[in-house]
Amino acid sequence: MEGEIVKALKGVDVEIHPGEFVAIMGPSGSGKSTMMHIAGLLDSPTEGRYELEGEDVSFLTRDRRADIRNRKIGFIFQSYNLLARCSALENVELPMLYRRPGEPNRREKAREALRMVGMEDRAFHLPKQLSGGQQQRVATARALVNSPALILADEPTGNLDTKTGREIMKMLQSLNEKGITIIIVTHDPDVGQAVRRRINLRDGLLESDEVD
Amino acid sequence: MGMLITVIRLAVRALLAYKARSILTMLGIIIGIGAVIVMISVGRGANASIQAQINNLGSNMLMIYSGSSKSGGVSRGYGSKPTLRVNDAEAIARECPAVLQVSHVVVQNAQLVFGKKNWNTGIYGTTASYVEVRDWPVQEGEFLNANHIRSAASVAVLGNSVVENLFEPGEKIVGQNIRIKNVPFHIIGVLSAKGSDPRGRDQDDVVFVPYSTFSRKLSGSKLPGVTHFIGVSAQSKDLVSEAKREVEEILRQRHRILPGADDDFTVRTLDEYAAMADKTTGIMTLLLTAVAAISLVVGGIGIMNIMLVSVTERTREIGIRLAVGARERDVLIQFLVEAITMSVIGGIFGTVIGVAASKLLSVVAGLMTIISPDSILLATLFSGAVGVFFGFYPARKASRMDPIEALRYE
Repeated sequence: MEGEIVKALKGVDVEIHPGEFVAIMGPSGSGKSTMMHIAGLLDSPTEGRYELEGEDVSFLTRDRRADIRNRKIGFIFQSYNLLARCSALENVELPMLYRRPGEPNRREKAREALRMVGMEDRAFHLPKQLSGGQQQRVATARALVNSPALILADEPTGNLDTKTGREIMKMLQSLNEKGITIIIVTHDPDVGQAVRRRINLRDGLLESDEVD
Repeated sequence: MGMLITVIRLAVRALLAYKARSILTMLGIIIGIGAVIVMISVGRGANASIQAQINNLGSNMLMIYSGSSKSGGVSRGYGSKPTLRVNDAEAIARECPAVLQVSHVVVQNAQLVFGKKNWNTGIYGTTASYVEVRDWPVQEGEFLNANHIRSAASVAVLGNSVVENLFEPGEKIVGQNIRIKNVPFHIIGVLSAKGSDPRGRDQDDVVFVPYSTFSRKLSGSKLPGVTHFIGVSAQSKDLVSEAKREVEEILRQRHRILPGADDDFTVRTLDEYAAMADKTTGIMTLLLTAVAAISLVVGGIGIMNIMLVSVTERTREIGIRLAVGARERDVLIQFLVEAITMSVIGGIFGTVIGVAASKLLSVVAGLMTIISPDSILLATLFSGAVGVFFGFYPARKASRMDPIEALRYE
């Protein structure tokens, strides 16, 4: 691998507007994970440009990216990624713990976010006391709590059975209807059908960009 | 502040999640800090008991020994060359304003006989002022007085150990006669027990007689007027060094020592003894504490080890925290606080155990131990420092993780 540069994304030019509900699709190795890492500011592009809310965020320091992730991006993962020893409420509070300046009404805001995903009655349950679908709802509340510009969901239904997966998709749809921008990264065509715009990637190239 | 409380609560919760592991890790710090506390308290106790013995020698006392004789390159030690004389002592009493009392002593070992018992001990030929210089109360009867000295009376005052060895308990002592080198002496007093001197010698194994009687009837000395030791008490504590200077000056003058030549006598103050003892116990305390500190370092390495394991195990948690916006410093502080919490809790338990062990040592083994607040403070700060030092590397490792890699970790 030495000396050889692997270009995961080549000339992919995409613009996503506030309030959109987009799926980035493609088989494994298509570059969709790389796209999500860059969109989520978990990684910086080697070249190219990323603008978030009109601000160039392509090349920033680790801490600066952490701050932007904290304020503008909410993550939903395939395996939920909740802290096992913390209650649902504490998991939702987590992003506010790192918010600068600090958030005085953490508890209140976390409850509000749990209410939005229909989990207010499970606030004090530990993740292991919740079903997969319930855990994903808590994870969604965590993604929402800092009112981000963008929610990035990486295979949010990948670990769930079909029925639960549909429920989660319904929940994401209803959040989108409230004006929240959501990008889902998936290879599942069913998920693709539930959104309004699909960006298909193959071998790091933009294959198609369809809007219903 | 609220943030710090949150972080500490988080750390305590993480430690509680693996109770057995946390306790075993803390054990290293508990033992280390406990050992440091015990060693410091034993060392300080030993020092204090030696200082007490030194003060017991006499208050504001100076000791003057005659110089060392050399024969064929072999130095024979203090007192082996008879350079001090009774009239030196008299001159000191006369001419040194900083000096309060002067006493001089000649010593010889001799056999004592009382009834059917006998005992070998040091016979001190001295003056009436001896007990004042030495701060030594009489237990029964009286000490030698000026009349006894002047008339070279055959009277003796016994030390407590001699009494124990020659008399039955409850037997009448004062007024009895004993024989020293077959010369009959009338017992006029018994001194109170003084215990051992800083070198461990029994100071009570002694019989005092007037120095005049000593030279006429006991020593048969070829060197009349020679004395082995002059004890001097200064007017006050502040005047001890002044008294030393005056004594040295007058003795050099009387012994006709040319400027630049060595003294043929030695003047020691109790402060000098105390300083020597301090040095000895100081080295001992330092060594013991060093050994204890090594166990503390071993405990610290234990913490580092467990923190490294913990960081690896919690890679995913770190990934989540980074993803939702934790900065490097946030993660660093979280793990650092965890290590410090562990070592400080260990330090507190170690202090409690160390204090208990010190008390136990003084009760069971009869050792004098001194627990001072500063050693407790030192131990607590030190355990915190151990946490920072050994927790830093694992914490930094955690904070430098790549969020993408960390989130993928299984």
